[in-house]
Amino acid sequence: MWDSIQKFFRDLAERDAAWNFIYIYDDKELERVLDGMWVTLELAVVCVVCSVVIGLVGAWLQGAHSRIVRSVVQGYIQFFRNTPPLVQLMFFYFALGQFTPTFSPDGYLQQPIISNVGWAIISLSFFAGAFNVEIFRAGIEAVPQSTQEAAESLGMSRFQAYVYVVLPLAFRVSLPSLNNNLVNLVKTTTQALAIAVPELLYQLVSIYNDYSTAQNACMVLMFIVYITLVGFLVLGMNRWERRMTIPGYGGGGG
Amino acid sequence: MTDAANGNWTPDRPIVSLKDVHKSFGDLEVLKGISFDVMKGEVICIIGPSGSGKSTLIRCVNALNPIDSGSIAVEGQEVNDPKLNKLELRKKVGMVFQQYNLFPHKTALENVMMAPVLVLKEDKGSVEARARALIRKVRLDGKEDSFPGELSGGQQQRVAIARSLAMQPDVMLFDEVTAALDPETVKEVLVTIKDLAQEGMTCMLVTHEMGFAREIADHIYFTDRGVIVEHGPPATFFDEAKDPRTQEFLGQIL
Ligand SMILES: Nc1ncnc2c1ncn2[C@@H]1O[C@H](COP(=O)(O)OP(=O)(O)OP(=O)(O)O)[C@@H](O)[C@H]1O
Ligand SMILES: [Mg+2]
Repeated sequence: MWDSIQKFFRDLAERDAAWNFIYIYDDKELERVLDGMWVTLELAVVCVVCSVVIGLVGAWLQGAHSRIVRSVVQGYIQFFRNTPPLVQLMFFYFALGQFTPTFSPDGYLQQPIISNVGWAIISLSFFAGAFNVEIFRAGIEAVPQSTQEAAESLGMSRFQAYVYVVLPLAFRVSLPSLNNNLVNLVKTTTQALAIAVPELLYQLVSIYNDYSTAQNACMVLMFIVYITLVGFLVLGMNRWERRMTIPGYGGGGG
Repeated sequence: MTDAANGNWTPDRPIVSLKDVHKSFGDLEVLKGISFDVMKGEVICIIGPSGSGKSTLIRCVNALNPIDSGSIAVEGQEVNDPKLNKLELRKKVGMVFQQYNLFPHKTALENVMMAPVLVLKEDKGSVEARARALIRKVRLDGKEDSFPGELSGGQQQRVAIARSLAMQPDVMLFDEVTAALDPETVKEVLVTIKDLAQEGMTCMLVTHEMGFAREIADHIYFTDRGVIVEHGPPATFFDEAKDPRTQEFLGQIL
């Protein structure tokens, strides 16, 4: 079966130079594509999780008593929201990367502690995290002060009230915007190409640099993979949103 | 600081003691020297025109609002003490709000169980038994698994009362808890409070239900513009009010 598929695409490439699906019939290129997909998936999942955690912590810190803490969070948001993610990636990797210590696993070559994949994760997570802070803050502001007071009057600490009362309610309000931002984040992971992270786009670009006839086929794959990846994310988020619906509690109710 | 120092409070002393309490919001002085004592098992009602500071007063008792000067002591514990452990205070003082303020994402049973489990770190099994008993007590058997959004206002308010009682407080504060209800459901909530009062719970109520106040209060305080204008046991208060402001207020309401 697989053999005949490979044969079909090998023949197609010979017939029509514009459609060289080399990554289907050439096992070496296939492996590059699969590696690339794996890195893309890894990058997407890790960045989504980290950016949500950053968003939650940042939103919590925004409610801190200390003005210094609040201005630091505000500064962080302004910086990451108002500069291009591509520039952030390059800044983290090329500028900050110079100052990070190195280590030598084999005794010969020096390697930085944080690899380019590491920098991509840090940079992209903070980028999307800045938006998530704002998204969660809007959700938190939608929870009535009186609900928090009720939690407080029952003896809950600010932290307990945040985790058990405010966040679960804020989350429900935030989900639609969070959804959008995470979709955006997953798409932005392609920019890690700029610091040579071997994700899917990077691999496909190198493939069509080697085989110029493969360019169209590479683009097609790129779209298919991202439509699928984002599709699953949106599907998952929508299911989650439905599962979190509270009977008798509509948006803006209370 | 006060005559009743922490720790050696005895039930023959006032359970709540206010002395010359002052409180301002910005330039607006809302409480202008309020003093009175509540003994254990007593039911006191605070009545007065809108904006006279009733809610502010009652919120100061469980430290939801800090006071500017004077003193409030609950079981000898100074509420205004910066070293005050708010948790200790809130274990002693339960509060029910006008807008119920239930946690909309939790069922009635979960609402009642939450604070004892989280705050008192009690065992879930024994809390659940107590919570179910309390829900029966407020006559809501069968509604354990309903969400607040699925309950009527009166039912929600009774869940809120049960939620407060689950912390086994020594004093209950009620701030116009029937003001948001329609006339038919007011009664069911008042019956619940009356049961409590008859069992010997110390209650401080802000209410506009004069008939109810007359029936259950041991003592009535009339506030106007931040001072107690007149007070006394219901019989004397309602029938022999001397101050023209009290007479005017009672004339409007009765
Ligand atoms: N957090 C606040 N910040 C500023 N002003 C406040 C605040 N809370 C209350 N006030 C003001 O304090 C005054 C007393 O308010 P309070 O809520 O105690 O009155 P009340 O006697 O409970 O009235 P009502 O019967 O309408 O509930 C009002 O003028 C109100 O506007
Ligand atoms: Mg009020």
